[in-house]
Amino acid sequence: MVSFNLLLAVALAYVAFLFVIAFAAERSAEKGSGAWLRSPWIYTLSLSIYCTAWTFYGAVGYAARSGLEYLTIYLGPTVVMIGWWWVLRKLVRIGRSQRITSIADLVSSRFGKSTALGVMVTLLMVVAATPYLALQLQSVTLSFAVFADAAGDSWLSEDLTRSALWVALGLAVFTIIFGTRNLDANERHHGIVMAIAVEAVVKLCALVAVGVFVVWGVAGGFGPMIDLIDTSDIAQWQQSSGRWVGLTFLSGAAFLTLPRMFQVLVVENADEKNLITASWAFPLYLLTMSLFVVPIAVVGLKILPEGSNPDLFVLTIPLSQGLDGLAIFSFLGGFSSATSMVIVATIALATMISNHIVTPLWLSSKGPGAVVSGDIRQLVIGARRLSIAGVLLLGYIYFRLSGGGEALAAIGLISFAGVVQVLPAMIGGIFWRGATRWGAVAGITVGFVIWAWSLFLPSFGPDGILPQTVIDHGPFGIAALRPQALFGITEIDPLIHALMWSMLLNSVAFFFGSVLTFPQPLERLQGAQFVNIFEHSEGARAWTTSTAEAEDLLIMAQRILGSNEAQVLFQQEAQRQGKAGYLPEVTPEFVQNLERELAGSVGAATAHAMVGQFIQGASVSVEDLIAVADEAAQIMEYSNRLEQKSAEQERTARQLRDANEKLTQLSIQKDAFLSQISHELRTPMTSIRSFSEILREGGMSDDELSKYSGIIHDEAMRLTRLLDDLLDLSVLENGQVTLNMAQGNLKTVIDRAVSATAHSPTAITVKRRDGEETIPLYTDLDRLTQVFINLIANAGKYCDAKRPVLRIEPRKVAGEWVVDFIDNGAGITKENQQVIFEKFSRLSDHRKAGGAGLGLAICREIMTRLGGTITYLPGQGGAAFRVVLPAAVNPALTR
Amino acid sequence: MAKRVLVIEDEPNIIEAISFILSRDGWTVHTHSDGETANERITATPPDLIILDVMLPGKSGFDILRDLRESPQTTDLPVLMLTARGQTRDREMAERLGVTQFMTKPFSNAEVLESVRALVRD
Amino acid sequence: MARPTKNTFLERAGYRRRRMRDVARVLPVLIGILFCIPLLWDRNGELGTADALIYLFTVWFCALGVSAGIARFLATDRSDDR
Repeated sequence: MVSFNLLLAVALAYVAFLFVIAFAAERSAEKGSGAWLRSPWIYTLSLSIYCTAWTFYGAVGYAARSGLEYLTIYLGPTVVMIGWWWVLRKLVRIGRSQRITSIADLVSSRFGKSTALGVMVTLLMVVAATPYLALQLQSVTLSFAVFADAAGDSWLSEDLTRSALWVALGLAVFTIIFGTRNLDANERHHGIVMAIAVEAVVKLCALVAVGVFVVWGVAGGFGPMIDLIDTSDIAQWQQSSGRWVGLTFLSGAAFLTLPRMFQVLVVENADEKNLITASWAFPLYLLTMSLFVVPIAVVGLKILPEGSNPDLFVLTIPLSQGLDGLAIFSFLGGFSSATSMVIVATIALATMISNHIVTPLWLSSKGPGAVVSGDIRQLVIGARRLSIAGVLLLGYIYFRLSGGGEALAAIGLISFAGVVQVLPAMIGGIFWRGATRWGAVAGITVGFVIWAWSLFLPSFGPDGILPQTVIDHGPFGIAALRPQALFGITEIDPLIHALMWSMLLNSVAFFFGSVLTFPQPLERLQGAQFVNIFEHSEGARAWTTSTAEAEDLLIMAQRILGSNEAQVLFQQEAQRQGKAGYLPEVTPEFVQNLERELAGSVGAATAHAMVGQFIQGASVSVEDLIAVADEAAQIMEYSNRLEQKSAEQERTARQLRDANEKLTQLSIQKDAFLSQISHELRTPMTSIRSFSEILREGGMSDDELSKYSGIIHDEAMRLTRLLDDLLDLSVLENGQVTLNMAQGNLKTVIDRAVSATAHSPTAITVKRRDGEETIPLYTDLDRLTQVFINLIANAGKYCDAKRPVLRIEPRKVAGEWVVDFIDNGAGITKENQQVIFEKFSRLSDHRKAGGAGLGLAICREIMTRLGGTITYLPGQGGAAFRVVLPAAVNPALTR
Repeated sequence: MAKRVLVIEDEPNIIEAISFILSRDGWTVHTHSDGETANERITATPPDLIILDVMLPGKSGFDILRDLRESPQTTDLPVLMLTARGQTRDREMAERLGVTQFMTKPFSNAEVLESVRALVRD
Repeated sequence: MARPTKNTFLERAGYRRRRMRDVARVLPVLIGILFCIPLLWDRNGELGTADALIYLFTVWFCALGVSAGIARFLATDRSDDR
């Protein structure tokens, strides 16, 4: 016989072991060496909190009472897990990218961060989970009682309640220690996840051990076991199809909506890929858990005395066979099932209570200044600890009140039916953009009311809460509202009845509520974010630590303020806090400052809403902010882009018009140029051809002969010059010219130019300023000389003064050396000043020019190539040209 | 009496050439090298034929031709146009304006002489 | 006539992954139906409770095998088209 004290010692040692495991995991995660904590196997094992004491003890009882129906509880989640591609993949992605902290947060967040919805879902979940928590306490105390009974003490009810209280207290301590150590935005709890993974292994092994013992130790092998099953009472069970399908759906739906399952599936998910492994590994776990349930039930019914509680067969069979070790192991399995569920459920509920009820209440009671003066962090942690204690207290109170008589499975299913009321809003919210807040409120309210009326309240038994007359005849005698026969539907299982009506009317209310109301902007933004989550979220993104919060804020701020401004803002704040870099501590002052800055970009209301959500979310859901910011930025960007587009189109049109004009202009210029060339070439050719024909005919005097051959020679020279000029210009214009850069002196250049023109028949008197000409040059001296020759020659040809004089004056203007060429003629008229540098722009008649009118065009091209300019200088009393000398870039030559 | 030909041209060497060819053939050759005053000169002493350059200082040969055709006194006057801008556009332009004959430079002396003879014969 | 360009077809691996996603979509529906088959059995016929039990666990186990097979393909799947 196992003494009760030994059992207690084993239990305490086991708890101590769990503490050590949890501490080690936390330590490992803090040191950053906890990669194994993120493995898909830990994730899969953590999902096993689905299998509570209800599974461990209750499934056998369920099978003993209802045959194979217990399997539906595992088949539903199996279908959901195998169908992960449909729903879970999306839920996990949303949960990660939106930093969802609980199922209430998911619903609230999806529907425009509605506080009201958050409160509703939280309350619903607490109400639905409380009996379930009570159930776990009850199972642990019952298992204690079994051992006490076996040891010879018969436990009284106060012994049960006292041990329940101790269990509740112990669980509260454990949960508070590991569940509220930190306030990470992602709400992950490595210690707890590790502890429940270990517990998952313990409970699986315990149940399998009992099962193996039963099949091979008691029944005598696989074949006899099958025979035993077929001859047992269980084989007589007639399965109702409605219940089979309904319960499969219910368990699958509850798997998604139970707060504790959402916690481990989504919130504690470390890597999206873990889901892929869990999609088959977790159903395998469920399969193994349920494999031996029927054999244990059958054997229990056969060998244990009539009237034994089938819920406790897992313990009583080993005890009855004298296998105390197996019994203790089995006890630890049940203990693990109960505690792991309680811990996670409590954390999930506490998170919801603190985030959606306590913190908003506290903030509104403190008024608008609270953000600055209060420490949200401490508040949230405190609220969460209180909530944990409160939730466990509720469970304990329910346990006390209910007296612990119910069949375990019934309580579990009622709880399931309650939590699935969130399903339409959740699934609708992530797949349907049209879902609105009012639709969600209507659906959940209707579902909750029907569930409470037709299932939850009657579950307290006849005259428990609802009087028997109401159950039999309806409230105020309205038969249509009888809790278990709504609208006259009798002859149907009460659970399926409640499930069908609540889900149907819930969905209808949700749908029409959504269709008939108009979503708020934030709701629509969130709707788009949730439904199209795969379009704008990056996959497998590692959870960030608390330093990343500032970084996320920076990312968000950059999206709204622009990179530079945001970086400056953050850098200044970091400097003010005495930190280097761009990431300051996220203090309330900084948040307010940031809000002001954001208000400048997106308007005060939006900025306040954003930062308000930041504070209200308590657990810093920066991703939410980013989501809003993204949308806002997208909208801004979109309108900007529209503006840009129209501006761009205008610009393009203008460019096209310009280009077209330019082309037309060019075409005209080209025609004109060709005409000019043709003219310039044909004119001398005409003379040459004409006179050569005359000469060929012969018979003329020597004078005539020499005169005409002289004309032919001059015209041939003129042609040669023209061709030279054309080639020169073409080379210059195409940029193919090679410049012979050399150092020299302005004086030398002018000397050469003057002497080159001195013997021309149109030579002009040149006045120079000898003293000012010693300016160093670094340029192509020959080309510069060519320009000067051209200018001097032009002055000689065109200056119409009686005594033509050209002044060549170097001077410094605005830091640059220039040379002015000024003659004393009539100058050039204003209109002509525009065109003198164009090709063939000869102004006076041809004879005087002696060239094709390319000289100044060539000069301008040369000066451009040399890095200087040549311009006409008006108002000098005659024709005046200013040559701006290229800078003497050779440093050795600057004065 | 010798027929009178007026050469309106600004290139001195070309004037010299045409004068030489026509004089030798017995024509009386007058020359004028300014576009602007050409029409006055023609109206004052109408020649039997005009040899007209296109690119003239002051006024283009086309403008001179147009004015000639608009004035009843000179509307039938034979005009031989010589141009160095040998583009078809110029020829079309001249024909539209009612030129009697159009030649591009450089020309052959014989050609010019033949044309002048043909134009003045009637 | 132009021959179909290479882009008309996904490369083999990509095509296989897409079909695996289709399997992942269909599988839950299929096993949901298979889990309900015993409801259609004649209750007084040859197949008893133990047979139902064996049938259910066999279907269950096979479904996991297929699911695990798909998971291996989809674990390397980085694209996100739904």
